[in-house]
Amino acid sequence: MTIMDSLFKKAVRLIPDKAPDPLIGAERQVGRSLSRVDGPLKVTGQARFAAEVPFKNLVYAATKYSAIARGRIASIETEEAKQAPGVLLVMTHENAPRMPAPPLMMKDPKGASGSSLPVMQDASIHWNGEPVAVVVAETQEQADHAVSLVRVKYDAQPARTDFDRLKSEAHEPENVLGEPSRIAIGDAEAALAAAPVRIDNIYRTPRHNHAAMELHVITVAWQEGGIIVHDTTQMVHLTRSTLAEVFGLPEEHVRVLSPFVGGGFGNKGVWSHQVLATAASQVVGRPVRMVLSREGVFRATGGRTLTEQRVALGAKADGTLAALIHTGIAGMTDHNDCPEQFTFPARHLYAAESMLLRQEIVELDMVANTFMRAPGESVGTFALESAMDELAEALSLDPIELRGRLEPAKDPASGLTFSARHLLEAYRRGADRFGWDKRNRVPRAAIDGDWLIGQGVATATYPYFRMPGGSASIKLTAEGDAVVSMASHEMGMGTATVQAQTAAERLGLPVERVTFEYGDTALPHGTLAGGSSQSASIVAAVMAANDVLVKELLKLAGNDSPLAGLKPRDLEARDGGLFHREHPARGETYVSILKRANRSEVVCEAAAPQPMEMLKYSMHSYGAQFCEVRVNRITGEVRVSRFVGSFDTGRILNPKTAASQFRGGIIMGLGLALMEHTLFDSRSGRIMNPSLAEYHVPVHLDVPAIDVIWNDIPDPHSPLGLHGIGEIGITGVGAAVANAVYNATGRRIRDLPITLDKLL
Amino acid sequence: MKFTINDEVIDLTLDPRMSLLDLLRERLHLTGTKKGCDQGACGACTVLVDGERINSCLALAVQYEGCAITTIEGLGTAGDLHELQRAFIEHDGFQCGYCTPGQICSAVGMAGEIRRGVPSAVTGDLETDAIDLSHDELRERMSGNLCRCGAHNGIVQAIQETFAPKAKP
Amino acid sequence: MNPFDYARAGDAAEAIRLAGGRADAKYLGGGTNLVDLMREGIEHPTHLIDVSRLSHEIAARDDGSVLLGAAAKNTAVAADPVVRERFPMLTRAIVAGASGQIRNMATVAGNMLQRTRCLYFYDDAARCNKRTPGAGCDAMEGFNRFHAILGGSDACVATHPSDMCVALAALDAVVHLQGPQGARSIPFAELHRLPGGRPDVETELGTGELIVAVELPPLAAARHSTYRKVRDRSSYAFALVSIAAALEVGADGKVADVRLALGGVGTKPWRALAAEAVLRGAAATEETFRKAAEVELQPAVGLSDNGFKIELAKRTIVHTLASLCPGVRT
Repeated sequence: MTIMDSLFKKAVRLIPDKAPDPLIGAERQVGRSLSRVDGPLKVTGQARFAAEVPFKNLVYAATKYSAIARGRIASIETEEAKQAPGVLLVMTHENAPRMPAPPLMMKDPKGASGSSLPVMQDASIHWNGEPVAVVVAETQEQADHAVSLVRVKYDAQPARTDFDRLKSEAHEPENVLGEPSRIAIGDAEAALAAAPVRIDNIYRTPRHNHAAMELHVITVAWQEGGIIVHDTTQMVHLTRSTLAEVFGLPEEHVRVLSPFVGGGFGNKGVWSHQVLATAASQVVGRPVRMVLSREGVFRATGGRTLTEQRVALGAKADGTLAALIHTGIAGMTDHNDCPEQFTFPARHLYAAESMLLRQEIVELDMVANTFMRAPGESVGTFALESAMDELAEALSLDPIELRGRLEPAKDPASGLTFSARHLLEAYRRGADRFGWDKRNRVPRAAIDGDWLIGQGVATATYPYFRMPGGSASIKLTAEGDAVVSMASHEMGMGTATVQAQTAAERLGLPVERVTFEYGDTALPHGTLAGGSSQSASIVAAVMAANDVLVKELLKLAGNDSPLAGLKPRDLEARDGGLFHREHPARGETYVSILKRANRSEVVCEAAAPQPMEMLKYSMHSYGAQFCEVRVNRITGEVRVSRFVGSFDTGRILNPKTAASQFRGGIIMGLGLALMEHTLFDSRSGRIMNPSLAEYHVPVHLDVPAIDVIWNDIPDPHSPLGLHGIGEIGITGVGAAVANAVYNATGRRIRDLPITLDKLL
Repeated sequence: MKFTINDEVIDLTLDPRMSLLDLLRERLHLTGTKKGCDQGACGACTVLVDGERINSCLALAVQYEGCAITTIEGLGTAGDLHELQRAFIEHDGFQCGYCTPGQICSAVGMAGEIRRGVPSAVTGDLETDAIDLSHDELRERMSGNLCRCGAHNGIVQAIQETFAPKAKP
Repeated sequence: MNPFDYARAGDAAEAIRLAGGRADAKYLGGGTNLVDLMREGIEHPTHLIDVSRLSHEIAARDDGSVLLGAAAKNTAVAADPVVRERFPMLTRAIVAGASGQIRNMATVAGNMLQRTRCLYFYDDAARCNKRTPGAGCDAMEGFNRFHAILGGSDACVATHPSDMCVALAALDAVVHLQGPQGARSIPFAELHRLPGGRPDVETELGTGELIVAVELPPLAAARHSTYRKVRDRSSYAFALVSIAAALEVGADGKVADVRLALGGVGTKPWRALAAEAVLRGAAATEETFRKAAEVELQPAVGLSDNGFKIELAKRTIVHTLASLCPGVRT
């Protein structure tokens, strides 16, 4: 951290707090369990995804991927493919349009790309699976066949593909998502060595794939010097700026639409396929649809990287920590910036007299790894929370009691005040719900026939984020309806539903009168759907737009209105209008204001203020994950029989969709714990299970009824008191399962996934 | 080549390589049926052929000449929802909505299998035709339909409420 | 997928005529494996003869046998009341495989002829002796956790992935064939070949030869039979180890009759004849079961990742036999 950064951070703490959102605690619309507004479209198959947009003269693309990890294309034979029926274009590095490298996500403020490599611009190969040729044909069948006729000869070079062999070369990156890669408080190694109780182990987590059900797809057309892009993306505006840069277009000549996204989980940004399809469309002069095969998704879009982590805990007899060490290595490439921030949970969770938290990376030749649901926290909590369970065991302490003794008064790493932290309350409520007091602490003590039964618990944690740069508009009509717009995203989180609710609350309208528009760069500037930030980002922007709207309405209302002479701070929105806070009868409806002003509508737009709250406070969500497993004593098969997630995530906006978000995270966590593993052959650098048959995600029978509860205590420093909840559900689950497996079997598995062979 | 799709007779010529899924999506613009893997591994493409659920991605369309095919579009419309579609909304049996048409078609096909007494991997007594649509039976029978958002609980509740309202949870 | 000619056969004779003895013609059943392999570029027939509308009949005979038409769907076979009564292990094996949708498509013959799920077989960038004889095998020192511990060769250790076939192996099924040279019947055990030096030649079928039916001979012991599948997730996954077992214990407490076959561990559906020999006539005790399992797995060879299957198979054999034998607990 530079001195300027440090001074800035200190200065920020002195800025007075903004007044809390007056709607914290409001419950006219917020807090209602509404069913999804897009439900009827989704259950009837009428929700139109990016691969489903019809175009006249549409043609289809297929991609060939490299079979080596590093080297050069010696020759590429395309003649046979060109002669195949229906083929319009065979594009390789030899004839692809010249394009600059796409700007990298997180590094470049305009970047959405998962990799900073230029796309198909020269003969060099950077990973096994890099696209080397694209065929465009009249039908998908023709394109698929023709691409199989492209023959490539390679000059292979030695590749960096073996993590175990290369990890000795690991080094600290410049920073980890803007945070220091190393935090040292005191001499943790010395304190560890002197501690009476020590836990010191290595934990390993493998590569994962997001495996969203919708394949990556783009339908793109060049129109009047610009492009119209139907994409499946978590970041329409960043996709726009990325493609604008690659194709040398003004941003306003690029329109990106993404009204429905069939799951994202972090990897629906820009990868090579959007660039290739857009280039191909430019060359053939026709709209192009490119649907990656499932294999293509594994080869050409990134997943979560692998990690090897050390957690060492030095405890005193009372359980308090003399030393907390969490270090480790993640694989990364030299063309992305996603170091998998697995030490972040340890920066905020526990009080310790000394700390050493350090992350390193080792560069590998592989598809750029990327952000996947709770990057860092998901796999970091596996290591940290497994170790905490091991410490509780070593101390003969109940693991919840141990957490109570380690609760910090302020953020241990940053020293900041917590904005809202009620982790122990989540533990208390979760323990009640789960029946934790009935657990037998002795491993291998509970048996039901062939099945050993065990229970485990772990802490969940994920930061609060609000992204800068978002704007929203509000249109009020003479009929008293509102259309609220922001180019945000609905990937299943419930955005379309929940943001209609929050806007209705803000405007004092029934939710039926509010429509929330999103997923289109023609709308006011949206922030990306990532980092569990979107809800706060939208609500803050809508709040800003509403502030402008109220002023505008006061102007329109004029001197004949009951509102005459009142200031915005005197007013509250309710019953379809603005009313005096202290004189409930004094006010006027929107319909009446617009009618007197003879206006058919009023539209206001504003940008959200900078997220200063994130600099002033340590803002995190928390949870306690309770798991019961049954482990077959003959075969080692693990079945999750019960699960309770108890969360502390600020205000919950819609219990129905929130419960689904939490459950969804937990279920992905069960996959992480028990089965998910991208098989990367370290000899070839090739992913060997690029398939949903061989990359296992949980099926229905793997998923028990999952109970989720929440504190619902608002954060006084966030819009509506809310925290985003898309990611916290997956955190802590790996450890909760591993801890339950330990309780069932007496076997401690520190190497994910926990497959049955590890328990035989 | 003739097909009956959602009670409508369709007559067209086909590339024999075309899957039933691509016929529906690319030729007939019946895009409610989804492509999730094109490998028979996810169930998003599930449709009903003569009442039985199949993966349309593994089906060469030519093989199904003359068959009656029902897709999600044939089960209900936004204005006139199938009972199961309504239950999916009520129980939040989806998030992104991409696996949803396949889940719904699969569940309708599954209900027919239950009525016909088709056993499953978790059926205890193979000699009975009266299968209790328990939580385990339902989850096992729906395991060919992946969901990555994690809407499994809501899906199972919706199906149970629709097809086995009295079954034990 | 390469272009191909498609023709639908009304009966076996027509199918054989349509195939015309071409080596590059393939019979198409439910397509659940062949279509996938064609799309992956692993199979590239020039002619597809659709035999999915051939006999679906499931005929129960008075002698206790059952004849399955080659085009009978997996679901239909599993659900057939006579199959459930006489050969419950077959029903259990079928419903342990794939998904409801796939079982509604897949045919008896197609299931028998499905190809391995070896990751290196499926990837044309990898070396595979099954795809390209003599090319080498990348599985031997690669990801081989799913691979065979029995019946492998230096050339290939790919497993046969079928569940149904494990039951057919245990039940001494007979495969009825028809081909350009006429009709013949072979024991199921002889249908699949061990890989040896030619893992690309997987069955004894001649060019143009078609499976028309599978016969399940009468077997009293099969009424008391089951199928246990162990896999990485609780459903919709291929077997790590599976056991088809039928056990008849006499009043004297001795094994009167037994059939045992293993899945997930062999390069072909694995009939456990050595174990059966130990079991037959011996006291039905856990000790006997364990001895039988040890004998059967004695020749097993583990690679870097799949060695656990040896112990897993033994345990599953013992436990599955015990589950058929109420007096024995493990």
